Parts: sequence; C-alpha cells; structure tokens
Amino acid sequence: MPMIEINAVSKWYGPQFQVLKDCTTAIEKGEVVVVCGPSGSGKSTLIKCVNALEPFQAGTIRVDGINLADPSTDLPKLRARIGMVFQHFELFPHLKITENLCLAQEKVLGRSRDEAMSRAMSLLDRVGLREHAHKFPGQLSGGQQQRVAIARALAMDPIAMLFDEPTSALDPEMITEVLDVMVELAREGMTMMVVTHEMGFARKVAHRVIFMDKGEIIEDRPKDEFFGTPRSERAQIFLSKILAH
Amino acid sequence: MSYNWNWGIFWEASPEGVGTYLTMLLMGLRWTVATALLAWVVALVFGSIVGVMRTLPGRTIGIVASAYVEFFRNIPLLVQLFLWYFVLPELLPQAAGMWLKQLPNAPFWTGAIGVGLYMSARIAEQLRAGIKSLPRGQAMAGTALGLTTVQTYRYVLLPMAYRIIMPPLTSEFLNTIKNTSVALTIGLMELTARARAMQEFSFQVFEAFTAATLLYLALNAIVVFGMRRLEKAVAVPGYIAGK
Repeated sequence: MPMIEINAVSKWYGPQFQVLKDCTTAIEKGEVVVVCGPSGSGKSTLIKCVNALEPFQAGTIRVDGINLADPSTDLPKLRARIGMVFQHFELFPHLKITENLCLAQEKVLGRSRDEAMSRAMSLLDRVGLREHAHKFPGQLSGGQQQRVAIARALAMDPIAMLFDEPTSALDPEMITEVLDVMVELAREGMTMMVVTHEMGFARKVAHRVIFMDKGEIIEDRPKDEFFGTPRSERAQIFLSKILAH
Repeated sequence: MSYNWNWGIFWEASPEGVGTYLTMLLMGLRWTVATALLAWVVALVFGSIVGVMRTLPGRTIGIVASAYVEFFRNIPLLVQLFLWYFVLPELLPQAAGMWLKQLPNAPFWTGAIGVGLYMSARIAEQLRAGIKSLPRGQAMAGTALGLTTVQTYRYVLLPMAYRIIMPPLTSEFLNTIKNTSVALTIGLMELTARARAMQEFSFQVFEAFTAATLLYLALNAIVVFGMRRLEKAVAVPGYIAGK
C-alpha cells in the first residue's frame, strides 16, 4: 500500500477554471518525489490537497490508507501525522522558537511540557539551531526560519513530509543550509513530496520526478529517466529553461 | 460679557445636601468610569466573537455577523440608547418589561450595554481587518500541524491580530469613554450630566465644563498611557508589522 495515493484528482476554482486535471500518482513509503513545473501548473495546489488544506471536487486521496474525503476521517488528527513546510516558513511570530515547536506537540498530541521540550531541543540540535532556541522567528534569517519550520514539522513525528517550494523565498546563500537538512532527511528514509525548482536536489536524492503543466501530470518517471530523456516536449522546454545557466 | 467667575465654587456645598460641587462631579466621574469599563468589556467580548465570525468560511455565519455589524454601526448611538431604554421594555412581555423598568440603576445597565454593543460593531470590523492582514499561510500552518479551527484562532491568529490592532483599539477605548456621555439622555448621572446639573444649580457654566473637560482629559490620558505600556509589553521582538 502506498503512503500517499492520489487517484484521478480534479479541482476547479469556480465553475470554469480547472486547476487540477485528473491527477494520479502514488508515493511509496520512504520514497522522495520531486514535483516541478512552470508557475501556475498546479503543483502547489496538488501538494496542499494531500493534507486537505485545499478541497478538491473529484477523485480520491489516501494517506496511509485513510481516505481524506471520508466524512468519518478526523482531518486534524490525520494532518498532525503529515509534516508540511511552506514557502514563507509560516512560523508563529509571537512565539519563541521553542514554543513554535512545542505548541502542536502539546495541544494536538497531548505531550507533556517536558516531553515536548526535549523533543524540540533535540530537533533544534539536529538542524543546528540550539543556541537560537529562545529567540523569536523575526530575529532569525530566512534560512534559519525555514530550518526551524522543518524542525517544527518533524516534532510531530510525521509519517511523511510535504515541502511547498521550501527554498523559493530564500536568498541564494541560504538555500544550501535548508537543502542540506532536506537531503539528510531523505537519506534517513523519510517519505517526502517536494515541490521545488532545485534540480540539483532532485538529482541528488529524488527517486522520482513528477512534471506538471496546466494542472496535469505530464511526466511521472524515475529520476534518471526524467533527466536523461524526458518524453514530453513541455518537460524538455521547461528543463532547458531552468538548467540553461 | 459680564460673567461672575468663581473658581471657589467647587468647594461650596452642593444643593444635594452631601458634599461639595467637586464631590458631585467626582461622583459623576465614577459613573463614567464604571459605565465605560463595563461597556468596554461588552464591546471586546461581542466585538471579538462577531469579528472572528466574519473571517470564518461559513456563509450563514458571515451573513449573521455582517447583519450584526451593520445594525449596530448604522443607527445613531442616541437612537440605540432610546430603543433599549424606552422601546424595548414596551415590546417585551409585560412581566419582563416591568422587570426591566424597575431594575435598580437601569440607566447604568442600559447605558453600559448599549454603548458596549454600539462599540462592539466597530471592534468587530477592526479585528476582522487584523485577522485578514495576517498571511493566509499562518492559518494553513496551524491547520497543517493538526490544530482545530478553534485552536488555530486561539493560539495562532488572534494573538497576532490583537497586537496588530492595538493602536486603533486604543482609539476605540477612548471613544467608548466619550460615548458614555450620551447616556445622560436616559438619566445616567455621569460626568457630563453632573456638569450640567452644576451649571443649572450654580450658573457657573464655564467652571463646571472646564472641570468636566479636565477630568475627561485626565481619564483618557490614563487610558492612552496604559495602552501604550501594554503595546510595549506585548510587542514581538524582531517582528516588523506588515512584512
């Protein structure tokens, strides 16, 4: 059984505009899948559908065998098991770094303060930010904030991680520090779905690459095949543009 | 202008039999403060509920909340107080109407709740604006962590929204204090009413209203000072508003 199973998902904004067209794919446990494509292709929308942050009108998505659309599904409980990292970090600005990491552990998982705190500190250690534990998000750089955001997601002990353009809002010199954390995570066997234009990251750790355009999954292939000879013209054009320099 | 200035008037016995004119004004100030504080609590509680309702996705909830806001902000405060004080008791079943009319300190309760509800519409609009000014990703991040809608508002959205709207909230607090003077029309003997009474008894109109003015200024200065302190105390280190 795949960890994430997306089956014939379609989504419309209003009656006319279709943002997702019949998308089907599956992500196995421990698999790292990179989703790329031109802006407006629906890749961010698709990844937000996986933890039901965005509603969709047709098709089914199952995470760990649980159908999102099933009315008996406890969505908050399911979401707590899926980590998500956003383009703009979305740390909670009024909470210290430690509180950002502890909030959902305590309120959602019901962990005790001590338990949550020790988990938080060990994760901050891991992303190299222990000495910033008592600062506020606004006092950290973008790269540091994004590493905190990854730690916050990991604090929930997720079964899979979703990354929505995690490095797009970062200055170039900060991209590496975030990618390093992600690479390490991938090598540890985390199931990951990553929307990104970082093809170097894709080459390094992805098992598969999904290419989307105009709401459709155009290619869904093993990494080497994708970078070797993408079958679709659109993927070739896209790759030639982003790999040109 | 032949006007007989008499600044010593404040220390003369008031015709009410107890205390001086000054104690009379200070008793008025006490009612002003009590009315304003209760009105402020009412405004914050109802304004927060309605303001949050206006940001929820549900259609019906949104319609109910905007009807509330439009009702309370589009009818003059004076008319609203008359409605609550003179019209409402007649519309209720007889027993309830009688109970309302015979309520001890009825002008105080009606004035405070009336002003509070009127102000709550304004606070609701500001809170809505504060919540809407937060990046959409904040609510998403809370939701993605597994927080429920209530938890997301309680721990993520509202703490920042209230901080953002603190400066306009200060103005609304001052407006609440000033608006309690309208309650003199339903018989509340607050500061403005007391100043008028003093003028009628003593004919020292300038002294009476100078004193009232200074007392309002002092009261509002305390509020401004307190709210600034609060603003500083809850300021978020490193946070740049509107970023």
